[in-house]
Amino acid sequence: MELADFQFFVEVLVGGLLSGVMYSLVAIGFVLIYKTSGVLNFAQGALLLFAALTFVSLVEKGLPFWAAFALTFAALTLIGIGVERAVLRPLVNQPPITLFMATLGLSYIIEGAAQLIWGTQVHALDLGIDDTPIDVAGVFISTFDLVAAGVAAAMVASLLAFFRFTRIGLAFQAVADDQFAAVAVGLRLHRVWVVVWTAAGLVALVAGLLWGARLGVQFSLSLVVLKALPVLVLGGFDSIAGAIVGGLIIGAVEKLGEVYLGPLLGGGIESWIAYAVALALLLVKPSGLFGRPSTERA
Amino acid sequence: MADVAFRLAAPSRRLTSGAVAGALVLASAYLLPPLVGSTYLFEAILLPFLALSLAGLGLNLLTGYAGQLSLGSAAFMAVGAYAAFNFDLRVPGLPFVGSLILGGLSAAAVGLAFGLPSLRLRGFYLAVSTLAAQFFVQWALNKFDWFSNGSASGVVRAPDIVLAGHVIDGPVERYLFALTVVVAATLFAVRLANSQTGRNFIAVRDNETAARIVGVPVLRTKLVAFAVSSFIIGVAGALWSFAYLRTIEPAGFNLDRSFQILFIVIIGGLASIRGAFFGAALIVVLPLALSRLGQAAFGGAFDSGVLELSQRVLLGALIIAFLIAEPKGLVALADRARARALRPFLKPPYGG
Repeated sequence: MELADFQFFVEVLVGGLLSGVMYSLVAIGFVLIYKTSGVLNFAQGALLLFAALTFVSLVEKGLPFWAAFALTFAALTLIGIGVERAVLRPLVNQPPITLFMATLGLSYIIEGAAQLIWGTQVHALDLGIDDTPIDVAGVFISTFDLVAAGVAAAMVASLLAFFRFTRIGLAFQAVADDQFAAVAVGLRLHRVWVVVWTAAGLVALVAGLLWGARLGVQFSLSLVVLKALPVLVLGGFDSIAGAIVGGLIIGAVEKLGEVYLGPLLGGGIESWIAYAVALALLLVKPSGLFGRPSTERA
Repeated sequence: MADVAFRLAAPSRRLTSGAVAGALVLASAYLLPPLVGSTYLFEAILLPFLALSLAGLGLNLLTGYAGQLSLGSAAFMAVGAYAAFNFDLRVPGLPFVGSLILGGLSAAAVGLAFGLPSLRLRGFYLAVSTLAAQFFVQWALNKFDWFSNGSASGVVRAPDIVLAGHVIDGPVERYLFALTVVVAATLFAVRLANSQTGRNFIAVRDNETAARIVGVPVLRTKLVAFAVSSFIIGVAGALWSFAYLRTIEPAGFNLDRSFQILFIVIIGGLASIRGAFFGAALIVVLPLALSRLGQAAFGGAFDSGVLELSQRVLLGALIIAFLIAEPKGLVALADRARARALRPFLKPPYGG
């Protein structure tokens, strides 16, 4: 391979890995909820849209960054409480598929409501991050992507610390491990769920801001959920590490596939190539790279 | 042995009253709308209702009976519609019903291919893998204009439906044609659901291991469920394009359509033949009713954008409400209402 070709390859690969981080950001929100309640929360994308739309609308009304951030977070907390009261509590002990369908309904409600409240226009979101590519040994890397990767790393680190060192974080782990045992030793399941949904809301907010700055804040933001699903399948629904590795793999495969395979197939393959890769891996390893083997009766 | 056990466990069929009710429904479906209906009734309500009911019926066989969640129904509709179009276009002398059936078979073949992961995956992993069908089919239809006979956008006008030299024209004739297809497919589905295969579906859904132990061929049953369900959904897609919209377009078979069909099944009632019809009726009438209501309440402020959004919110709320309050769907509500209405005419069951 010529040097220029190789540099181009590295550039595509790095670009792919960094955009994969953006997928991981969305996927982590799923993992949080799946780990503690066994629910595949399809509404994560809708939460992301709601968060970004609320934030950007507040900023456009003249609020400073941190006030808008705090208000949006408060709104997401309210949603978390509402979801626990109105959806999770009545559906406790239902099969996981029922809960999944409920979150599908939930995503319709949140998407519809977010746009009814804030309108359907596209908003530009400027986080003040410079997006000029920087030159690393002849390979151009987007600054924005680097910042996004840094934010993701910080978020994962704080989540892990939270899980390990705080009481409520330990309660998360207990609930994830065995719901009945957790209730039996006196953990308040309902409160844990509220906190988990709020944490997932916070993840959605961070991811929504980064994605919104990238794509503009609009309805199609909620579709990033469809990018996160193959990441989850690949990494396993219940593993944060899996979400990160899965995101990196999917990001790299998408970009490399688009550049090297796309011309052969006529382009536009990024809509399904992630799914094809995830499926191929699943056929070999049905619980994903890092997922716990299914305890469902086979 | 397994055969006997399943036959014993099969629900008893109330043949007489069920058959009478079915005949009444059929007679009124054939006679009433053509006598009293307006063009609006056919074009905006009955034709989409029939196509969506059929799609719901197909998905219900897979998800309700066999317990395999699929999020790719619209893809199979698209395959059915485009395959029927291409058979109609490229095979001279093939009657339309032949194209329709071949369209369904093509959808069944694609469904079978995307059903293969179900042999190893279950639950969410399978649901996500059916999304692959959704995105791949839409991509292929947009990318290769051979499917739409050279149309760059993938959108084509649907050719006329011709039956034995007679061109099916006008909303009433299209309605009667669609109705006949739906009736035939429904009879087939009812037979299937009450057959050994149908009971195998339920056995696989309820407990795969137990099903395997009593001798149900689990893998074959899953594949049959995918194939039959995709066949019916494919025919529904052809009806949607040929009888209702009169155009074939990839955009109409997007992920939202897949969800819509899933919602029909949930709201109508899982594992129920009638459920698909109840659910489809609600899904078709809901936006129309909401639009009337909104116009009356808010006037001009209730434009199509607001309508679509409030419809989303309402639909989502309905789904959650049904999952919580009546997981068996509209069918269970209807059955209870009927029981209540008939109670005064029936003898008390406990001899009191």
